[in-house]
Amino acid sequence: MSFFTCDHLSIQFGGVKAVTDVSFAVEPGEVFTIIGPNGAGKTTIFNLISLIYPPTNGRIVFEGREITGSSPHQVANLGIARTFQNIELFEHATVLQNLLIGRHNHRRTNLLQEMLFTPAVRRAEIAHREAVEKVIDFLDLQRHRESMVAGLPYGVRKVVELARALCTGPKLLLLDEPSSGLNPEETDDMAFWIEDIKKDLGLTVLMVEHDMGLVSRVSDRVLAMNQGEMLAMGTPAEVQADARVIEAYLGKAQ
Amino acid sequence: MRFLFKTDYNQDIRLFKHGGQVFWYGLLAIALLTLPLCLPEGLRDYMLGQLVFVFIYSIAGFALMLLIGFTGQISLGHAAFMAVGAYTEALMQAKGVPFVLSITLAALFSGIAGVIVGLPALRLKGIYLGIATLSFGYISEEITARWESVTGGNSGKHLKAIDLFGYRIDDDIKLYYLTLALLVLVALAIINLMRSPTGRAFVAIRDSEISAQSMGIHLAKYKTMSFALSAAITGIAGALYAHKLTFITPEQFTLLASIELATLVFIGGLGSFHGAVLGAVFIIALPQAITVAKDYLPASIAGQTGLQPTIFGLILMGFLLFEPMGLYGRWLKVRVYLELFPFYRKGMFRRQKAYMKSDRLK
Repeated sequence: MSFFTCDHLSIQFGGVKAVTDVSFAVEPGEVFTIIGPNGAGKTTIFNLISLIYPPTNGRIVFEGREITGSSPHQVANLGIARTFQNIELFEHATVLQNLLIGRHNHRRTNLLQEMLFTPAVRRAEIAHREAVEKVIDFLDLQRHRESMVAGLPYGVRKVVELARALCTGPKLLLLDEPSSGLNPEETDDMAFWIEDIKKDLGLTVLMVEHDMGLVSRVSDRVLAMNQGEMLAMGTPAEVQADARVIEAYLGKAQ
Repeated sequence: MRFLFKTDYNQDIRLFKHGGQVFWYGLLAIALLTLPLCLPEGLRDYMLGQLVFVFIYSIAGFALMLLIGFTGQISLGHAAFMAVGAYTEALMQAKGVPFVLSITLAALFSGIAGVIVGLPALRLKGIYLGIATLSFGYISEEITARWESVTGGNSGKHLKAIDLFGYRIDDDIKLYYLTLALLVLVALAIINLMRSPTGRAFVAIRDSEISAQSMGIHLAKYKTMSFALSAAITGIAGALYAHKLTFITPEQFTLLASIELATLVFIGGLGSFHGAVLGAVFIIALPQAITVAKDYLPASIAGQTGLQPTIFGLILMGFLLFEPMGLYGRWLKVRVYLELFPFYRKGMFRRQKAYMKSDRLK
């Protein structure tokens, strides 16, 4: 039994077949990347895994448990966290508050306790803060701790979003284009962090990415897709050499 | 300029962040507690009466701030919850229910009404939710006017003085202390909530529902909770309002009253605790200021009937255009200006560019 499996996953929006019969398995501790041209259905797969869309067909199994059919908010409790392609942070809150929201699935106090702010709530808050500070140290966000997200540059926001996903304490991390909109140095940092997340934190990463430099540097295995279908799967070098992948990106040789 | 040296996580959690805040809030508390004793005889009843209204509106302001300012769910029908609270209190008092229990029931019934109104909020957003709540306010206004067997219809309901464990709250000084105490309790409850996971979940829903959901926040549950809490606290304000007026009719809880409450939050400053109180002061003081100003205006203007709503509308537009952060935002700018003098720069509060959001997924 694999750690995480997508089994014959399909979704149709009316007549549009966004994802057709995609199956793959992610092993624990690996970085698995999905690549493909625009409209290949990569982000749709992420939204299927986050249960934002129900699949038309197929199932998703995480740690031996089928998750299709659960509610979207339950995914975080299972240990799956995600980032978004275009950054979905809580803009009018500080970085620290954003990260603390990431601890929401560890909430143990109830409404009444919180309104009275009992000692139990205070202890829980300090525990949340300690967990968050570990992530802040890990991703070097100390300088931005108290800043409002609305005032931060794009590159920092990307890191904050990654940090927020880490704060949920995930076992599987879904990264939707972690390097989009980043300059080469920032992309480099991102690659280091993904490697650290894999090696130091021992997390499994499922990633959608366009930057082939980053992909071949951090990924253990790559899945190439086009128009909702699987093209090739294997190591980054194998996939890049695959004739069908080259054709999907560059077109057929005359 | 004050720099805080932080050595303990508790420093970020506590209510007062530094000695200066303790000093100023302490001073405010002493001023409010001794005010009834200091006011001259002739002015006392009038001033205390106005301050009781300010406190009641502040309670409602905190409730609405929770919903609009922190959860981002607009409500243009909040006077309806005040009405539920007010009529529950009137009916319960007539049945001889003690005050502590009757005001709890007022909160409870308003809370239940809030859950019912909150249900469409699970599906509606922005302006559509505004219209849905607006219609709710309108319907409830009609119901209070027509359901004569319970509400007394347009002939209204009388309330007796509050009986608090045998102690009669029969003048404005006593009511002043009672409403002040309740305001402090409500304010503390909401401030506590906002520094706990539930409050952060509200803020998350306000700023991005899609990522709130993927952080494990149950959207339906927290939106309903926010509506229910806000309605319940507004119900408390409504019950106190009924006691202040001693006579309630459906005319006190019209659409205009709802809009007045929403205006309070916008003028006070969305998403700030101070805004709820500043907005309430503003809403109560403005009609008085207009009355005073009428003496100095030419008769052709002063005699116009719609003067007050017009000025109200103009001020709201002015705030939306020039100071979206409201009175609290203005105060913040003045404070930073003074703290940094002479180094304040013009663009310090300019709003930053917002990056593109993902396409809404649902």
